[in-house]
Amino acid sequence: MTRAQGLRPAFLLVLLGAVLLVLCLLSIALGARGIPLDQVLRALAGHPDSRLVDNVVWTVRVPRTALGVTAGAALGLAGALMQALTRNPLADPGVLGVSAGAAFAIVFSVAVLGLGSLLGYIWFAFAGAFAAGVLVFLLGRMGRSGLTPVKLALAGIAMTSLLTSLTSAIVLTAPDALNRYRFWSAGSLADQGSETVLRVLPFVVAGALLAMACAPALNSLALGDDVAASLGRRLGLVRLQGVAAVTLLTGATVSVIGPVVFLGLVIPHAARALAQRAGIGPDHRWLLPLSAVLAPCLLLAADIAGRMVARPVEIQAGVLIAFLGGPFFIAMVRRRKLAEV
Amino acid sequence: MVRTSGETRAGDTAAVPARRHFRLAVPPVSGVLRPRLVAVCAALLAATFLVFCWGVSMGDVPIGLTAVMKALAGQGDPGTLLVVRELRLPRALVGLLAGVAFAVSGALFQTMTRNPLASPDMIGLTEGAGTAVVAGIVLGWDAGIGVQALGLTGALATALLVYLLAWRRGTTGYRIILVGIGLSWICTSATDFLVARGGRFQAQAALGWLVGNLNGRSFEDAIPLAVAVAVLVPATLVLGRLLRTLQLGDDVAAALGTRVQAVRLGLMLTGVGLVAFATAAAGPIAFVALAAPQIAQRLAGAAHPPPVASALTGALVVLGGDLAARTIIPGTELPVGVVTGVLGAPVLLWLLIRVNRAGSGG
Repeated sequence: MTRAQGLRPAFLLVLLGAVLLVLCLLSIALGARGIPLDQVLRALAGHPDSRLVDNVVWTVRVPRTALGVTAGAALGLAGALMQALTRNPLADPGVLGVSAGAAFAIVFSVAVLGLGSLLGYIWFAFAGAFAAGVLVFLLGRMGRSGLTPVKLALAGIAMTSLLTSLTSAIVLTAPDALNRYRFWSAGSLADQGSETVLRVLPFVVAGALLAMACAPALNSLALGDDVAASLGRRLGLVRLQGVAAVTLLTGATVSVIGPVVFLGLVIPHAARALAQRAGIGPDHRWLLPLSAVLAPCLLLAADIAGRMVARPVEIQAGVLIAFLGGPFFIAMVRRRKLAEV
Repeated sequence: MVRTSGETRAGDTAAVPARRHFRLAVPPVSGVLRPRLVAVCAALLAATFLVFCWGVSMGDVPIGLTAVMKALAGQGDPGTLLVVRELRLPRALVGLLAGVAFAVSGALFQTMTRNPLASPDMIGLTEGAGTAVVAGIVLGWDAGIGVQALGLTGALATALLVYLLAWRRGTTGYRIILVGIGLSWICTSATDFLVARGGRFQAQAALGWLVGNLNGRSFEDAIPLAVAVAVLVPATLVLGRLLRTLQLGDDVAAALGTRVQAVRLGLMLTGVGLVAFATAAAGPIAFVALAAPQIAQRLAGAAHPPPVASALTGALVVLGGDLAARTIIPGTELPVGVVTGVLGAPVLLWLLIRVNRAGSGG
């Protein structure tokens, strides 16, 4: 314990930040055409070796990497927030149907209402994410034993399959949209310009600020509703704030990279484990930022791996993360602490 | 000798309090004949036959319903006979058989786990078979017995994994379901990977199949499935009789002379086999295995999903779904899986609420 306490939380964050930075550089350097690291650094500093390198770095790789960092941070935060709000270790925007709600709303707005601009998508994504999240919560609360992790997860899964069926029904009747949808729905970072990142960023920043403002209240909420209320927390307000943050973070992310599952599930658990090693304990003022840095690390790593593994085609980052997240989900289900399972 | 009996049996009391039924006691056939179940089965059979013929009558060259029935019996002009028998019959047959297979398997798993949510398409068996079949398409062992064998391997492997991973001093309903969901996500992403890796042509073939599709089925698809259904459905019915004693609890069943583990293993294998062959022939048609047994159970007013009525409901759902998929939007042919998915998901939500309310899920 004494050794662990030497590792201060701030130092841990800086360390993870450094890892993220290295991954960012790798993400810019690696790809269909590799660029040596020194050339990458010179291009980033504004002294490129050639116009081609400059072009690839600034119009393709940097936006892709920035999108990975933004989306990863948003999903990590959203997952940590949902797990704290519902006190449910199985919570994740993908598992609880929030992502599917956003995805359905986007497909609906494009195919049925004929909307075209990304900004239009985003508002629909927020509406879909919010509606699906609230519905799943209400569904999970039905029945005798109230809200249990298992019931909430099953309600989310049922909602996800309903929305996914409806989404594919819409997409399949508009064949030209099918290819774009398939690419988007698997969760890919490829082929997005820098303007996409800039449009999403304000929403993600707003969501992140809201989330951080929740953190002290989440610590009391972890002790149970009654204790939190007696500590002077206004539960309704905290939940509303949390749901607003989850909606902003998930809706914005899904509108660009599709419904990525499991990132929000896996990361908070890793963050908690790390925090425990560092002697911090379950303090959400540290858990939320840790999740926000860890998640982009995993997303970028998955994206880089997806570019390298199956050349010449790319595997979408979302596919790889689901492949890793599945075993994790099963391990969580097997854990004895989940009394209801 | 048939006599009415008003007595109640342990298994029937939950949903049907003391209803009049007939006890058939003519050896070697003995059992309980409930008039409502018989009536429901007869009605389902008639409806299935009608929808089957309706499906065959539809196409580029519309053929009247009576002409279809005549052609099925072997009468009519050669042109009609050719269109009906060679071109349209395989599609309808695959739909019929896949519906039967999915539904019987669903009824089996739901009865065995005593949980309506634990159907093969919820616990990943369909996805496991799907991943194996897509691997076959993409990596190049397509058509014929190869795909069937692959589907079987995939479903068996998934079933084994679900069972092993959900095991922790016994298995409980909910843990099986959630572990199965986790596994089906892994299988789905593996499938996505294979589709992305495959060539354009193979990816299209895999995608068209993945939604659950009856377009362009041939006898090559129908025959292995027909053989599987002909062998496995009777096996299920025979083993299912032993299942009745299993529901009294393992100890009581063992005391009554049932070889508990052997029966359970046999039932698992027949259920998995049915799913595998149906998936290989028609793709993973969503929610049929989950919803059909539940619909049949409520139609028949039974306490457990009745196998024969479930089979007929499954066939009706798939054939009706295919009919709807072809007629809803003129000019486009939706895959049947989309229709069953859209109709089946609310059933899933409703079941979830019911199970929650009754507190019977876990």
